[in-house]
Amino acid sequence: MADAKAPPEPLLTPVVDDDGAPFWDHAARGELRIQACADKTCGALRWPPRPCCPHCHSFATEWRRMTGKGRIWSYVIPHPPLLPAYAALSPYNAILVELTDAPKIRLVGNLVARAGAPPNSVPQERLRIGARVQVVFAERGGIVLPQWVLERS
Amino acid sequence: MASLKDATAIAGIGQTPFARQLPESEKTLACRAVLAALDDAGIAPSEVDAFASYTMEETDEVEVAKAIGAGDVTFFSKVGYGGGGSCATVAHLASAIATGQASVGVAWRSRKRGSGPRPWRNTTAQLPTPAQWTRPFGLLRPADEIAMLTRRYLHEYGATRDHLFNVALACRNRANQNPAAMMYERPLTRDMYMTSRWISEPLCLFDNCLETDGALACVVVSAERARDCRRQPVYVHSAAQGLPAQHHGMVNYWNDDPLSGPAWTAARQLWKQADFGPHDVDVAQIYDAFTPLIPLSLEGYGFCDRGEGGAFTEGGALEIGGRLPLNTGGGGLSEAYVHGFNLINEGVKQLRGTSTAQVPGATTCLVTAGEGVPTSALLLRTQ
Repeated sequence: MADAKAPPEPLLTPVVDDDGAPFWDHAARGELRIQACADKTCGALRWPPRPCCPHCHSFATEWRRMTGKGRIWSYVIPHPPLLPAYAALSPYNAILVELTDAPKIRLVGNLVARAGAPPNSVPQERLRIGARVQVVFAERGGIVLPQWVLERS
Repeated sequence: MASLKDATAIAGIGQTPFARQLPESEKTLACRAVLAALDDAGIAPSEVDAFASYTMEETDEVEVAKAIGAGDVTFFSKVGYGGGGSCATVAHLASAIATGQASVGVAWRSRKRGSGPRPWRNTTAQLPTPAQWTRPFGLLRPADEIAMLTRRYLHEYGATRDHLFNVALACRNRANQNPAAMMYERPLTRDMYMTSRWISEPLCLFDNCLETDGALACVVVSAERARDCRRQPVYVHSAAQGLPAQHHGMVNYWNDDPLSGPAWTAARQLWKQADFGPHDVDVAQIYDAFTPLIPLSLEGYGFCDRGEGGAFTEGGALEIGGRLPLNTGGGGLSEAYVHGFNLINEGVKQLRGTSTAQVPGATTCLVTAGEGVPTSALLLRTQ
């Protein structure tokens, strides 16, 4: 079959939209930045990004740098059936990180052994709700994605 | 202000067989279910002047109307968010009929999810959620998205996999009484549940709904008209949709309280308009694409307090004779997964007294649509 010779599908890359594009641009420079209202009397962070501030309705926007520290709020271990590239890594982890700088803002990601390592590179028994993590960045298919490593205590 | 309360009724229900694979097309199955519902009501297809459906339905009202021989149609609507829209179809028809926009409404769902592709396999179609923030990291399927909330729920409130098993078991037990259910002859044990394969930890195979080909429909008319129909009317007592403030769909990770979802919003509106409360509900049909949606919905619709949804399932509470008999046809977990429409029809059967797992003397029923996405709900009752 022709399909059998087709190259394996890669892991998915983000389908970036206008609102989210600055996040990925900043990630490419190794910075974790979150969208915030740029109105001086408001300044509220918001996530995911959107055109205007749900608190004060200002369209003035900035991207505020985070320390990149957080805690695991929850996590899952997906098993097949999955897209082939993910099935090949399963069981892997997907985690939800609440940012220390902004606890109501949570980012989906993968806990990895080091920057650029795959999402199955940390033993499952090390995953724990509340575990402290730190952002790192790695390239995938021409775009830089945040990843998370356990913070050394 | 005009009220929907008991102004309309479900006068007919219809369904096709349910199976992993049916040979007929979705369109054919839709027509069969719609005609069966009209026959059940004793209303001629030419009298139909309103249609309501919900997204992920491939057959549109133009196709159904011309196939069944509907007359001039003066109201048609399509509700968003897949399984969250099931009950809203009846709500939209009830609103249209109560305000004189139409007189005979048909809602339906036809789906070949058993034979068809899994929706999450399409990586180019953007989901109605901000997929760029989730899918690259391997949070690919609805099961993964709900599993994330489930682990946090178990952690925060001390609920256990045994509580999720209680949900799966209640649905399976009812399916074992329902010859039309896909799991009619397939009992479930705790050992089977606890040793089954993982889908997305902490969710196992039996925490996930079935994959089904099938179709269902119901007919909504005014209360007055319903009293002249062939069957005992089942009144639409209250109806609500729910899209909470700062809600994010199945990846509801970005608000202050991700574990309170659309059920809470729909419930507030539903009960505000009703003459009775959660403790007066005789039987419930709660959307069960995944077992953890039941404890969350039990909390949202006010059957128990926050964090008590797991404990609520103990002691056979969801079984016949328990505090709240649940999904008495077997639900999406064990009868058929047709985006929750079978829950509507089962609610009607209960209030007619014709369910295969009848709750004795049931006069009130809650039916809910998908929790975890913008949702909807109905309170049905006999008069």
